[in-house]
Amino acid sequence: MSEITPDLVRHLAGLSRILVTDAEVEQFTEQLSLIVDSVAKVNEALAGLDVPATSHPIPMANVFREDIVEPSLSQAEALSGAPDSGEGRFRVAAILDEE
Amino acid sequence: MSELIRKNASELIQLLQKGEVSSVELTKAHLERSTAVDADVHSYLYQNPETALASAAEIDKRRAAGEKLHELAGLPIAVKDNLTTTDAPTTSGSKILEGWIPPYDSTVVKKIRAAGLPILGKTNLDEFAMGSSTEFSAYGPSRNPWDLTRIPGGSGGGSSSVVASFQAPVAIGSDTGGSIRFPASVTGTVGNKPTYGAVSRYGLIALASSLDQVGPVSRNVLDSALIQDLIAGHDPHDSTSLPESLGSMSDAARKLDVKGMRIGVIKELMGEGFQPGVMNRFKESINLLQQAGAEIVEVSCPNFEYAIAAYYLILPAEASSNLAKFDSVRFGLRVAPEGNPTIERVMAATREAGFGPEVKRRIILGTYALSSGSYEHFYGAALKVRTLIQRDFAAAFEKADVLISPTAPTTAFKIGEKLEDPLAMYLNDIATIPANLAGIPGMSIPIGLADEDNLPVGLQLLAPAREDARLYQVGAALEKMHEDIWGKRMIDFAPELEVRS
Repeated sequence: MSEITPDLVRHLAGLSRILVTDAEVEQFTEQLSLIVDSVAKVNEALAGLDVPATSHPIPMANVFREDIVEPSLSQAEALSGAPDSGEGRFRVAAILDEE
Repeated sequence: MSELIRKNASELIQLLQKGEVSSVELTKAHLERSTAVDADVHSYLYQNPETALASAAEIDKRRAAGEKLHELAGLPIAVKDNLTTTDAPTTSGSKILEGWIPPYDSTVVKKIRAAGLPILGKTNLDEFAMGSSTEFSAYGPSRNPWDLTRIPGGSGGGSSSVVASFQAPVAIGSDTGGSIRFPASVTGTVGNKPTYGAVSRYGLIALASSLDQVGPVSRNVLDSALIQDLIAGHDPHDSTSLPESLGSMSDAARKLDVKGMRIGVIKELMGEGFQPGVMNRFKESINLLQQAGAEIVEVSCPNFEYAIAAYYLILPAEASSNLAKFDSVRFGLRVAPEGNPTIERVMAATREAGFGPEVKRRIILGTYALSSGSYEHFYGAALKVRTLIQRDFAAAFEKADVLISPTAPTTAFKIGEKLEDPLAMYLNDIATIPANLAGIPGMSIPIGLADEDNLPVGLQLLAPAREDARLYQVGAALEKMHEDIWGKRMIDFAPELEVRS
């Protein structure tokens, strides 16, 4: 059985920067337990085998393009989708906690 | 319904070239069709008739002036809403991007505009393309034009239903684990996931970067070939883009010949778990290919059994990282909790409000798979299984030029049927996922209706990486054999939709 507990789901949601309600924690704990048990099956395929990992389907190395300056987004364009901005910057809430 | 909009794209471009129909006329006919049926089908998240008609008028003007145009110029097209467009909101089916107008066009959209194809609208999808039914779209599901109580497949159910309901002759989709092919299979349409890197991903809102690929959706194999020829090609803005050309897909689709080709039937992708009506149609197609002179061989891919498990580790891991960009700072939604919150709390509240349940599940699962205690056991192991799947394909392609299987185990299921059961939903992609893991091309073409429910069945064709042309060659040949027997196209079996004025 998997080790997915409500506390672990809360912890993972915290790492993922997602607030979760108690109802969601309950639902995700149940669903993720089943999913994690099912995906752990990958290890059966590897029993006794020494196999290299594949992270990318078509291997490529050293992908370069010509060093030519191309137009990029203007400051106004880059800020155009921001929920809040001012003085040419993204504006956000406090970065640090008070304590 | 205007007879015009029922025609294949390959016929429409001839009419456009000969001046027998104008792009404005054609665009208008499709927009009118949307007014008549899209309240029921819900293929589109966004349409702007004015911009579509303006680009159509521009092409008509240039044609009238005698300018040499792209062969597809004037043909209207629909685009999945995870490709950025500077003149239309791009939401990827998520509330977190509601109303977002991107500051740049995706490369695929740039190519579409440069060739002069009016964009009819942006099509619906499961949120961030996570799903097999469009039920996880934050804006409500699309419906299957063959039966409005059923799903049109996903994630690209907007693009499949838009061509199946004659609201567009062709559409663009994206496929991470089957999101072009499964929707094509359940709506009686054609969809192709090209070789990884054949089409630029620049401006495609990433789900899982090592799996995502953009491709065409249409009612006919040649039409998909024409679209792939348009959107494929090297793009310096995508470092995983293939530098070499894969040749002409439309030339391949016009060969209509399978004599002497070795076609491999994948033993593990049939029988148990596959609906009997799906298997019946599949076996008929095997016979047709054999009668046409292809050599049928059986191949075994023993590690496909582990493909879904590997996929549901690799995809969430990549997605959890890709979706970190939705941080309430640079674009999209911001939700501020009470009091004097720090940016981290704003982020968490925003992502809670802006993401739907499937997205949250997969981000949390991916974060788990990548966490230090479980990395080797989960993500690391999945990457090794990916190697085994590639080896299975390599061995199978020693014996066969093209592999075939049913595209999906079942026909379209009812809306709501699998919504609360993620594992059941994931099984729809059992036959399509291996191609994404290996980076090879895969196509779904319609092969008839299942006996049990009279709903479309799809056959999947797979070829080695960079050999997309083989799919178009065999796909178009098999399509022709079926159409000769049926006396019409697959889509002509679809029931008439109720029309609103």
